Amino acid sequence: MLEHNPHIRLRTSPHIRVPQSVDTIMRHVVYALLPVCAFAIWQFGLSAIALLVVCVAVCMATEQVCCKLAGRPSTLSDWSVVITGILLALCLPPGFPLWMAAVASIFAVAVGKSFFGGLGYNVMNPALVGRAFAQAAFTVPITTWTPSMVAGRFSSFIPTTLTPPFLKPEPIADWAAQLSDGFTGATPLALMKFQGIQTDAMELFIGTTAGSYGETSALLILLCGLYLVVRRMMSWQIPVSMLGTAFLTSWAFYLLDSTAYPTPWFTLVSGGLMLGAVFMATDMVASPVTPLGIWIYGAFMGFVTVIIRLFGGLPEGVMYAILLGNAISPLISRVTQPRIFGEAKPKPAAS
Amino acid sequence: MQPDSLSFIFLNAFLINNFVLSMFLGLCPFLGVSGKISTAWNMGLAVIFVMFVSSTCAYGINALLVRFNLEFLRLICYIAVIASAVQLVEMAIKKISPALFRTLGIFLPLITTNCAILGLALFQTFRDYSFVQCLAFSAGAGGGFTLALLLMAGLREKLDLADVPDVSMGAALSLMLAGLLSLAFMGFAGLGG
Repeated sequence: MLEHNPHIRLRTSPHIRVPQSVDTIMRHVVYALLPVCAFAIWQFGLSAIALLVVCVAVCMATEQVCCKLAGRPSTLSDWSVVITGILLALCLPPGFPLWMAAVASIFAVAVGKSFFGGLGYNVMNPALVGRAFAQAAFTVPITTWTPSMVAGRFSSFIPTTLTPPFLKPEPIADWAAQLSDGFTGATPLALMKFQGIQTDAMELFIGTTAGSYGETSALLILLCGLYLVVRRMMSWQIPVSMLGTAFLTSWAFYLLDSTAYPTPWFTLVSGGLMLGAVFMATDMVASPVTPLGIWIYGAFMGFVTVIIRLFGGLPEGVMYAILLGNAISPLISRVTQPRIFGEAKPKPAAS
Repeated sequence: MQPDSLSFIFLNAFLINNFVLSMFLGLCPFLGVSGKISTAWNMGLAVIFVMFVSSTCAYGINALLVRFNLEFLRLICYIAVIASAVQLVEMAIKKISPALFRTLGIFLPLITTNCAILGLALFQTFRDYSFVQCLAFSAGAGGGFTLALLLMAGLREKLDLADVPDVSMGAALSLMLAGLLSLAFMGFAGLGG
């Protein structure tokens, strides 16, 4: 007796199901950030581990408390707050006191995100809000740099890391000078801006220079970004247009006067441009939603970055460029809104 | 750039020392009329216009007051003359161009004695700007005010549908947005200097 066993299964569309939800994407962004974190730990040792742990833990705790205060279910499980913590830690300078990092983390999550209703409503990238707050509140520690690849980095902290809460960190110049001969406590960007010394672009590309925890290796950041782009979890247009515009703008100035302005390659691989363009500017919530809009958004940020770097009072402008980009993105979305299919072109208003 | 060149004066008032976001002048219209982009734009135009009127008037009165050694009357003269000049211009617009009046009209009385307007007049006096410099300064200040207002309106329209917690509804949200915008504008500090 043959049982009726159909070999064709009939199903309605959609036939291809990709279980891609917010927490899947966010989890993969965290995976993509892990190599950058590992490189930071290898370069800066114990202090990097401590700072990453503190930032992520404080961000998560703040999110939990804010959810509780607002009477909402906890949103820790969507991983977005972990990204905020990691990104904030990666854009702080080595040896940044832990208590200040904790304050910046609280500000980033509470004011940058939870205040506006949590994930999906944050108007600016929360990590950068925290960073900008730290820049305004703790001006000296956030511009103090220490050399990378210090000999005893896995056995002792950078002295300023463990500053007790609410105290100013001790000056660190002597400590840094005795470790590495000729270290002046300046990043390649600051050397370029204030003394006109240009660091070799290749060194910057690989990442063996001074700088914030996570911004040193352009190569690694690009590879991690590529992973996300291949998995279709990040729009490639924003980094391409931001880096492209930064390159072209700085090339134009370089052609005008090659002694005063850095080469475009230097602009591309120095400072936080790579980290910002790949991981921060691509924040899904705070970028425009129209296809043309994201190109304009990227170009705007690339341009502002170069302008602030070359003519501003600060050596680095990526953070402010991205915050301004976030601020202007609703306007960009509005201006570049595509016409609804089938809609008639608006007639010029009768005057 | 030279500190007294026209382009620097314009840029300084437009971005670096933006009247709203770095000097915190004119916050009441900034918070009050930034709910929608279209109203924000009209308000911005009205501010630019009043800034030009006020700058021109203040330049004239100052010359007069200095001539008669009456500098101590500056503040009160500025307020009275600017407010009445704007009212007169408003009446003229109402008569000549009703369409323009409908766009700007309701905003003009709101800002005639605003601190941003008076601030502009006082700054240009204290910095001894020439007449052309005054015009560049008021164009920059008005443009910067409009820019801030538009950015704020864009963000607020975006947050209209947001699921905002109870504590941050309304004025708190606007003030916090203004603070974040101001943080972002700190990046322009020292530009061109």
